[in-house]
This record gives sequence, C-alpha cells and structure tokens, in this order.
Amino acid sequence: MNLSAVPVAANLPDLSRVPAVDEVGVNERVARFQSRSIKTASKVEALKLILSMIDLTTLEGQDTPGKVRQLSQKAIHLHDAMPGLPHVAAVCVYPTMVGVAKEALGNRDINVASVATAFPSGQAPLSVKLDDTRMAVDAGASEIDMVISRGAFLAGNYELVFDEIVAIKEACGDAHLKVILETGELGTLDRVRQASELAMRAGADFIKTSTGKIQPAATMQVTLVMLQAIRDYYYATGRMVGMKPAGGISKAKLAVHYLVMLRETLGSAWMTPEWFRFGASSLANDVLMQLRKQATGVYQSADYFSKD
Amino acid sequence: MAPDNKLAFDDGWQYSPAPESTDHIKLKKKYELYIGGEFVAPVEGKYFDTINPANEEKLSKVGLASTADVDKAVKAARKAFGAWSRLKAAERGKYIYRIARILQERSREFAAIESLDGGKPIRESRDIDVPLAAAHFFYYAGWADKLEYAFPGRNVKPLGVAGQVIPWNFPLLMASWKIAPALACGNTIILKPAETTPLTAMKLAEVVADAGLPPGVVNIITGAGDTGAAIVNHPGVDKIAFTGSTDVGRIIQKALAGTDKKYTLELGGKAANIIFADAAIDQAVEGIVNGIFFNQGHVCCAGSRLLVQESVAEAVIQKLKDRMETLIVGDPLDKNTDIGAINSAAQLKSIESYLAIGQEEGGEMFQSSCSVPDQGYWCRPTIFTGVSQSNRVVQEEIFGPVLAIQTFRTFDEAVSKANNTPYGLSGGIWTDKGAKIFKMTQSIRAGVIWANTFNKFDPTSPFGGYKESGVGREGGMHGLDAYLKLEA
Repeated sequence: MNLSAVPVAANLPDLSRVPAVDEVGVNERVARFQSRSIKTASKVEALKLILSMIDLTTLEGQDTPGKVRQLSQKAIHLHDAMPGLPHVAAVCVYPTMVGVAKEALGNRDINVASVATAFPSGQAPLSVKLDDTRMAVDAGASEIDMVISRGAFLAGNYELVFDEIVAIKEACGDAHLKVILETGELGTLDRVRQASELAMRAGADFIKTSTGKIQPAATMQVTLVMLQAIRDYYYATGRMVGMKPAGGISKAKLAVHYLVMLRETLGSAWMTPEWFRFGASSLANDVLMQLRKQATGVYQSADYFSKD
Repeated sequence: MAPDNKLAFDDGWQYSPAPESTDHIKLKKKYELYIGGEFVAPVEGKYFDTINPANEEKLSKVGLASTADVDKAVKAARKAFGAWSRLKAAERGKYIYRIARILQERSREFAAIESLDGGKPIRESRDIDVPLAAAHFFYYAGWADKLEYAFPGRNVKPLGVAGQVIPWNFPLLMASWKIAPALACGNTIILKPAETTPLTAMKLAEVVADAGLPPGVVNIITGAGDTGAAIVNHPGVDKIAFTGSTDVGRIIQKALAGTDKKYTLELGGKAANIIFADAAIDQAVEGIVNGIFFNQGHVCCAGSRLLVQESVAEAVIQKLKDRMETLIVGDPLDKNTDIGAINSAAQLKSIESYLAIGQEEGGEMFQSSCSVPDQGYWCRPTIFTGVSQSNRVVQEEIFGPVLAIQTFRTFDEAVSKANNTPYGLSGGIWTDKGAKIFKMTQSIRAGVIWANTFNKFDPTSPFGGYKESGVGREGGMHGLDAYLKLEA
C-alpha cells in the first residue's frame, strides 16, 4: 500500500462526472452495517480502537483556558482506574486555545487540532481565513479543521471553494488539513459526494462531515458516501485520505457500527487513528462505560467517569 | 485505475462468532404426516432423514408419504371442504389471522429451524423469510371476507381441494404463499414441502393445529418426487400449485393436460440485472450482491446475469470484487453470516459442474478468497467475466451464488440480451434517469422488474413469470384468482 502523499495536480475536478448516489440504496447498506453483531473480544478491540480515534472536542463561545486545560487532562487520563487504555488522538479547540492545549498536553503523543477559517460558518474573506489558519499553526496546532464555503458551493462557485482549500492547505505547512463539508447544509448525498471529490482533489488530508453546530451532523449515510468517495479517489490516485465523522456520535454502539462500515468499505489500512477519527465530546465516556461493562459484567454509574 | 492499489479486507479487526442460540429449539426425533387434523404415521411405515447442510448431521426424520397417504389426505381435505367453504368468510379470516399471529410469536424458533434445515443465514430467515411469511397470512386474512370486491360483478366460489408442492429455497415462505390465499378463498389443502427442507412445514402443521383449524382443512405430508407426482395425478384434487424447476413444471403440465384441474406454476429464471453508466454505481453494486448472493443464489428470480454498460464495466467489476471480499460465508446460525450453506449435496454438485463448464467455455472465474468450513456444503461467491450469450453459464439456471457478467453498449443491445432467454421471471434496471426505467420495463418480458433495487417482496405485489418461467400469478389481488371459480 502506498502511504506517501502523492502530489496532486491542483485542478478543479469535473463534478458532473462524479457518480450519482441513490439514497434508498445508501440507507439499505447502512442498515446492513447496523445488523452486524459485534460481541466479546471483537467488541473490546473495537472499543479501544474507538478511544484511540477520538478528537476530544470543545468548541464553545464560553471556552476558557481553564476548561481547555481540564479537557487536555481528560485526554491524557481517560480513566486511570482501568489500566491499558489508549489515549485519544487529539484535542480539538478554537485557535485562541491552541497554546493552552499545547502547554497542557506537554510533549505527549496527543495532537492539538484547531478549527480555523472562520469556523463554523466560513463567512469571511480568504485573507481572514488564512490569518486564522496561520495563527493556529504558529501556536502549535498540528491539525487544522477548516470549513468549506457552503454558500459558494451551493451557488455553483466551485472554483472559489477549490481555490480556498488549496490556499489553506498551503498555509497549513506541515499541519494536516481536515476539510469540513458541513453535510447538513449540502442538502443531498449527491452534493456530499461531489464536495468530497472537490476537497480531496484540492489537497485535503482528511474529509470531515460537520462542524457540530448544524443538524443533522454526522450520519452513517453521509459518512458512507464520503468513504466511497475516498475509496474511488484512492483507486484513481493512489493517495489515502482520512475520514472524520463529527457531531452526533455519542454512543459506543453507534461508533462500533461506524467501524464496521469503515472496515467493509475501505478495509484494514484505514482502521487506525492516522486515517479515521471521531469528532466527539461525550463519546469517550460511553465507550469507557461499555469497556467497564465488558470487564465486570455490570454497568457502572456515569458518576464514576470524569466528565472532562 | 492504478492496478497496484488494493484494499485489504482479510486482516486486522475481525468479528467474533455471534451464534443465534438454539437452546429454545425443540425438534422431535421423528415427524409424522399431518392428515385430517392429526399427526399420523405413514401407511407404509417409511421415513427419511433430514440433515443440516452446514454440518451434514441428521436433524430428524420425517414420514415418507405413499400414494395411499396422499389418498387419505385428499379424502380428509374433501371431507373438510364442505363446511369450510360454507363457513362465514369473516370466520375463515379469523383462523388465518390466528396463524399469522402465532407465526410472529414463534418467529425466533421458526427462523432458527429454517436456517438449521435449509442452510440459509439466520439474518435472512429472521429478517426476511419469517416476517414475510407472517405478512402473507395477515394480507390474505384480510381478503377472506372481501373477495367479491376483488372481482366486481362476478360471483366467486372456491375451487375445492388444492394440491401444493413447494421448493426447498424458501420453505416456510413458499408454504405461506400457497396456504394463505387458498384458505382465504375457502379451499382445503394438501401441501408437500421439499424433501431436503420439511421441518418448518411440519412446525407450521403444529401452528395450524394450535390455531384450531377444523380437521382436514390443511394437510401437510412429506416425501420426495413420487409423493408430489401422486398429489398432481390424484383425481380428487381440483387445483395444483407448484413452485420449482422448469423441468418438473413441464412434467406437471403434461400430466395435467386434458384434465380440468386448474394450475399455477412458478418455475425457473435467469434474470438480467442491467447497470447503465449513469446509475448510482455503489448502490448498483449492492444490488448485484443482493441479486445473486441472497439465499446462496437459490432464488428463482435471482439476478444471475449481469449486463453492465461497457464504459463503467471495469469500475463495477472492481467494486463488486471488493464487496465480495467482505461477504462472510459460513455458519448459517451466526448473525454475521452473509452467505450460508448450499442446500444439499446434489445442488452443490450441480453448481460445481457449472463452475467447470464456465471455465471450459473460456470464462474467467473469480471467487472471493474467504475460507469455508470443512464439513457441509459450501460454494464461495463466484463471478464469471468474459462470457457470451452462447455460453451455458449465461443461458442456464445455476441456482447458486454464481454470476455471469456481460457488457453492452446501447439500450437496444441491453434489451435484446436481457430478452434472449427462455425464461422471463424477473429483471433489474439501474439508472439515474426515470424515463429510461419506464422504457426498459416496457421492453423486457419478465413478470417482475425492479428499478434501482432488487429482490424486494411484498404480499400485495403479484409475482409470476413469462415464457418458461411459469403460468399464473401469486401474491396480491391477482393471487386470489388462482384459487377461485369466477361465475357471472
């Protein structure tokens, strides 16, 4: 498998050539993933994998350095009462909080991800978005979660959306770029598929469903369409692109079904935090509760698990 | 497409076994014939074994009905017919509703036995076979007191005694397709399940008894081809309903020629699943999988011929191969199994002979790389590319998880290839253009055509074939016609 990032000629793809998506068929396929029965050893393995794929997130107007420090501690100490747990993949915050998170995490192997580009609406000039991005990268973010300009995309101004992603990618430098499509605003699965193709061709390292600020956020249907776009892009170019569903995944059982979908769509190479993330704030504790239940046979009160 | 790029599905995280419990299943050592409301030993005292095709172990034995037993059953059905046909229609409906409800209540038991005896995955027997069987009883129960509204201006009368012979691919579902409309129309019944899958039919006999149906209204007897022939040839039978192979269908039609028995025959198929370049390709691939690998391909309306437009053929086949690698073949009782056991040793032998024929004819065979158990009858999902209309794997019904793939260039070529078969049971069309769907459905001679989906069944929808795929319709309002005399 070719893991190196192949440079791609940054040309806007012909979106009319992107395959159509049939929503009824997508729903049926998702139902098949959900009918998989994941028990015993495979469940424990999945739950641990999920923990390691979480981007522990706080994106609130009321965020303070204190809150971000606490979240960073949670990222390091998920549930120390259970030895042998992995840590999460990253802490995801606003650009102004990147420095705080970076300091709180120290030199541990946990990334700091920052939303940028006038998150969540993306309604700002490119110069502002570029400054936003550079600021986050300079403060130590190794992953940037940008939003696309949905207004421009829906208006058919694909060049603008494409060029913005290319410019932000350049501003990221060595930081990984996750491109948020905000699928809840795109209207149809056909448009999700087209936006995925556009973002990958523009250089996205990851494509991501949602900001978490718009309903619906991540769904299995939308994620499946994006995974299939990633597969087709991989076959066409040899470049692997990562996937991050975000928002609305708060239960372990649902997250396990996402892993089933990932496994049966892209295979084992994508089943690592390097290529798949969950953007979530409350998922970790439900996963911990399930792991505890697998180990002891009984559910514990939510009060035994630290909220942040 | 870069040929060195490959997705890996065989390593990393795997699903642990998730077997459906069989603790609640109680199988008797021996099942008698159900005649005249009682479980009675066969006259000649002969029995035959029924085995689990997934491990070749004996599950039970069932009575071998002889001509004398068939005669007893016909007499019992004839005796019951008078009172049953004169019963107030709403009361008849109540009995049928009761069967439907008991089936629902015992659905876990029926699903597990269906998978044990027939080899189909529990996911299908649990989610499709058993719920759909109950749905057929519910649907036709509703018609029992509304028959005159189905045929306005006509006087409707039951036919009498119906002889029903069903296949091994959907044992309980086919029994419900046959029994429900016949009862709703006021007929009495002799039903014979296939010799490799008699158990759910005998369990259904218990349900019929529990539902309190008058003795002789439903008789269920077990046996092989000779027993079926005895039912078909019995002069006391007024109607024959058969689902099975076209070869046996021909024999039945010959036997019935010159008699005044009514008949419906649901026979073989070699359906074309047609993928146009403008289709939603990923969903179409799912439809191909559902079309040919559902129930191990033991489906008369299976999409066993894939016709794919040349410009997307390479992409479709690549995606299909990836998808095949994720199909789980194995223990039918495991909730994660996608493809179960082939129904019998004889059927496996027949499928394997076609695999050899396909390769001799020059077809390129691809099978998924999964392992299969040592014991039992198994066939990995298989596709043939590079085959032609003149090849036997394209022309003949294989009745297994084997897909023959051909390409086409134009709409007219697709129609011509799709119709170039003695069969005409079903077909599938995949396109994003509505107009193309309507043009296609009017051009293809097949009883059922699915658009952007495949293998969907509903009791309200009629089902049946053109050409050598059969005579008559089952299901829906049309299915009543087969069990009624319509008088002016």
